[in-house]
This record gives sequence, C-alpha cells and structure tokens, in this order.
Amino acid sequence: MAILPFEKRIEELKEQIEVAKLKNDQPAVETLQKELKKEIEKTFSSLTPYQKLQLARHPDRPHSLDIINLIMEEKYELHGDRHFADDKAIVAFIGRIGGKEAVVIGEERGRDTKDKIKRNFGMPHPEGYRKALRIAKMAEKFKLPVLFLIDTAGAFPGIGAEERGQSEAIARNLFELSRLKVPTIAVVIGEGGSGGALALGVVDRFAMLKYSVFSVISPEGCAAILWGDNKKVESATKALKISAEELKKLGLIDDIIDEPKEGAHRDYQTTAQNIKNYFLQKLDELSALPLEQLLQQRFEKYLNYGEFKGK
Amino acid sequence: MGFTDFLKRFKKPQPKKQEPSSWIKCPACGAISFYKEVQKEFNTCPKCNYHFRIDAEERIKMLIDEGSFKEYDKELEPKDPLNFVDKKSYKKRIEEGYKKTGRKSAVISGEGRINGIPIQIVVFDFKFMGGSLGSVEGEKIVRAINRAIKKEQGLLIVSASGGARMQESTFSLLQMAKTASALASLAEHRLPYISLLTDPTYGGVSASFAFLGDIIIGEPGAMIGFAGPRVIKQTIGAELPEGFQRSEFLLKHGLIDMVVNRKELKKTISDLFAYLLKLPRNTPAHREGNSTDDSSPKG
Repeated sequence: MAILPFEKRIEELKEQIEVAKLKNDQPAVETLQKELKKEIEKTFSSLTPYQKLQLARHPDRPHSLDIINLIMEEKYELHGDRHFADDKAIVAFIGRIGGKEAVVIGEERGRDTKDKIKRNFGMPHPEGYRKALRIAKMAEKFKLPVLFLIDTAGAFPGIGAEERGQSEAIARNLFELSRLKVPTIAVVIGEGGSGGALALGVVDRFAMLKYSVFSVISPEGCAAILWGDNKKVESATKALKISAEELKKLGLIDDIIDEPKEGAHRDYQTTAQNIKNYFLQKLDELSALPLEQLLQQRFEKYLNYGEFKGK
Repeated sequence: MGFTDFLKRFKKPQPKKQEPSSWIKCPACGAISFYKEVQKEFNTCPKCNYHFRIDAEERIKMLIDEGSFKEYDKELEPKDPLNFVDKKSYKKRIEEGYKKTGRKSAVISGEGRINGIPIQIVVFDFKFMGGSLGSVEGEKIVRAINRAIKKEQGLLIVSASGGARMQESTFSLLQMAKTASALASLAEHRLPYISLLTDPTYGGVSASFAFLGDIIIGEPGAMIGFAGPRVIKQTIGAELPEGFQRSEFLLKHGLIDMVVNRKELKKTISDLFAYLLKLPRNTPAHREGNSTDDSSPKG
C-alpha cells in the first residue's frame, strides 16, 4: 500500500507496534497503540485541502468496479453506445442493490497497467458518455433508478475525442439527465474532474465521499494557467475549494458520505456499505415523490446554483 | 477545461475602433487593408475572408435591427463567492474587464429583432475575462430562456469563450448544468434555439449550451472544441492535423450544421428562425411582432 507523506508517522507507529508484539512487550504495545490512535485522530481531523486531494487520488482507493462488486448482490454488465464503440472508461451494470432493481454507471480508472490503458485511465471519450446516456435512458424506460459513480481526472483531451464531439456528448448528457424521469443519485468516489464528471452528475442527489474532490479544473491546470507556475498546486487546491466539506458548506453538493477513519483505501467494505446505505435511503425518499415533483425539485436545484449581485 | 489556456494563443492584434483611418494587417494572409474597408466587410479581410474577432456590441449591431435592441439584466454583477486570489484577485480582474468593456459580465443579453423577427439574444464578449462562464453569465442565459418561453420567441446565443471561469470554481462548473436544464425547458416548449459559435468557443461553454442548439452555425475559421489544442498536444505527444478544431473541420465531422460567412449571418439566422417558427414570408406580421417596443438602442 502506498503511504502518503502525512501518513509517515502513523506507519512508523504501526511498524513499532508490530515489533513490540514480536518482542512480546505488552506494555510497549499498549502505549504505542494509544499513541497511534491519537496520531490518527490528529492527522485525519486536520487534513489540508491538498492532503485531501492526495487521498482522493490514492492509488489504492476503491474504484467504481470495487464498489459495484460490493454493493450489487446480482449484476450483469452492459456494453457500448450502439453507435461507435464500447468505451471501457465507463462501466455499466444492471442488477440489484439491497433487493432493489437498479442500474449503476461508473467511471473506471483501471487497476494494473494493462487495465489502466484499456480504460484510458478513466478518461472517457464521447462514446463513453453516449454509452452512459443510452443505458440511463433504458433505465428510464423501465423505471429503474440510476446510481452514478464519478471518478475521473476529466473527459479525454484527444483528436478522436474532438472529432467525435466530446463537447456535444457532455452537453447532451447534462440536458438529458436534467429531465430523466427516474430517481438519480451520483456519488463522487475519488476525483470529480470538471465537465467529464458533471456529465454523470446532473441528478436528484449529488453526494461525495468524504475525501473526494470535485473541481472545475485540475489544481495542476489551474496553477499553470492562473499562477503561471506548475508548483503552485497547493495554492490552487486551496483557492478552488474542491473538497467535499468545503463544497457542502458552499451549498454546491447535497451530502457527504463518511469514509473509514484513515480513508476509503483502508477499508473497501465499510466504504461500499456507506455508499449502499446512502443510495437505499435516498432512493426511498425520492421514490416517495410524485414524478412531477421529483423533476421540479431537480430543476429548481440546478437553476438556483450561482452567486451574483443584483436582482 | 481551462480558458486562459487560450488567452496567450489568441492575443492577436485587434482592430482599434478609435482609429478608423488606420491600416490593418490581416493575421492570416498578411495583407494590409484600409480599416474602413475591413469594417464595411463586417470585419473580415477583403483579401482572404479572415474573420476578425468582434466584441459583443459590434455583434449585436451586426445581427439585430437598428433601434430594436433592449438589454436586460445589465445590473447583474459577479460576487466573488470564494474570495478568489491567484496572482491577482478576482475582484481586480473584474475591474480590469470593466475598464476594457464597460461591463462586469462576459455577456450582453436582451431582446431584439432580426430582420423583423423578435428574438432573445445572448452574446459573449471574449474581451471580458476570456468570455468565461460564471454565475452572472449563467443567470443571464437562464433569464433569456425564461423570457423566450414567456414571449414564445426563439433564442440565439453567440458564443466566444475559453470556458468556465476558474475564479468561481464549482459555481462556474454548475452553470453548465444550470443552462442545460433551462434549455431542456425551452425544448419542451418547442421553441427554437440557434447557437452561433465564434472564435474561440471552448471548455465548459462548448460542453454545455453551445452544442445544444437545434441548429449550430460556425463562423469561418473559428476555433471550437472541448479541450484546447495545447492540452491535446501535450496529452497525446503528437502534432495536430491541419485545420484541427476549425469550423470547417467540425462541419466535416458532422458536429455543426453549417459554416456561414459573417456577411450572410443575419439573413441565414432570420430565415432559419422563420422556418422553425413557421412565420409567413416577408409579411409585416412578424415584423410588427408583439413585443420589443422599446426601441432605444442600448449596449
């Protein structure tokens, strides 16, 4: 498991505990465990925005497929946009979550090198967004709720992507999802990169895992453009206010889903369970609303975003 | 999806309105032309048809019948909800944009007639913070859509933008969803939306309302895309094909309906609105309309 710079002290303590255990030094184990608990508490209760970004991008963080495998007790994968290709940066499943028939559509970064390349590191092409929309429209037809799992650095910037209409594909999803006639829930599980994330995120309930980020531009891109200095990533991260906590305070997301104390990558099971509970709870609430009211609420939510002076 | 990405690239010499007697060099073919002649040709190069960038006022003058334009929501101003400071503060950048354009927003929105047909129009101005999309711009678009619905009129949006405004971060990003939601409402009322893409149209503007037009028109040679050419080049580590992301390239790839010369734009757009709204040809009926009686020219 990759260790982040701010986790070093925690890891040292864990190693010392192992050593003490081997030596059968019970008093030392107890003292160290107390210290470890304190250290974890201290570190994770005062994370900087940049440290949260590091957690959001942690190489061992659970991906969409990890979550899907843990929350869907029955499932079949669906493929393709029916026009051009099957973009593997987007995965889609139909099946059951907690006994409820549902569709799950997620952005998948891939795990090992081969898988990452196959999935283009989770950066979808237009056909990926069209695949997501095709399957969301099928869900609408059969009145199945949709859960979107967002995890991408952004929509892919490439020649083919432009030739096939990356802009149109994203725009079309925003337009269509704003009116999809079923309850929709999105969860940012890692990185929510700009339009490429929003294309799966126009929904009734938009939540973020505690240590995920959602941003109009990558802090690296922002630093390069506005500061003219790639090294100002920490400043850009702070200025952009991209963490779940900051965005909730600004009223730009609906909910935060809790993570295990030391981050989602330490405990997939608990993370997945939290997402599942959130989905089932929100689905219950949203299913109780008449369709017209559901759509009106979604419409009003999006029309209210924005801060300006004047009437 | 950054926008200032393009600022450097697009900092071409602009014709100066203050010196109408000066000569102007075409950045495309290098021909030196008399400024008045360029202006007469709707700010295009008389030699090679290069389309110079024009600001929002000029665009409205060019498209909307004289004396029929009425601006709305002029009083909306950015709020700087994040107290954003990079090398400069957002507040300072707003002030600079204000000095350049006399506005605190990258769009002018309002109502006017195009060859007699009353429409709602929103025009982006690249000179104000790269035409970026922030809360004010999003709100102005939504209000224009709401007026179009209320008055049963068509909507024209003229885009010229680097994308979402970074200084408003996620507030800007969500304007993409906000404008797309409002356009879904316009579509439900079966009212036409024509999107005119001008140089440059990128990022969050391109990936929301700009590509949702019932009919999408590009100006000749305009650069249009999701990601900027520099970012794409960096990502793929290869040269980009000739003419990549120009209007003509998009037309060839089936992404826009037509490329129209600036001097033909007004007639083309008004004809299209007439067909979509089934207005009788050349009758005074649609010339009279039922609104936009305020004829004092503004903007």
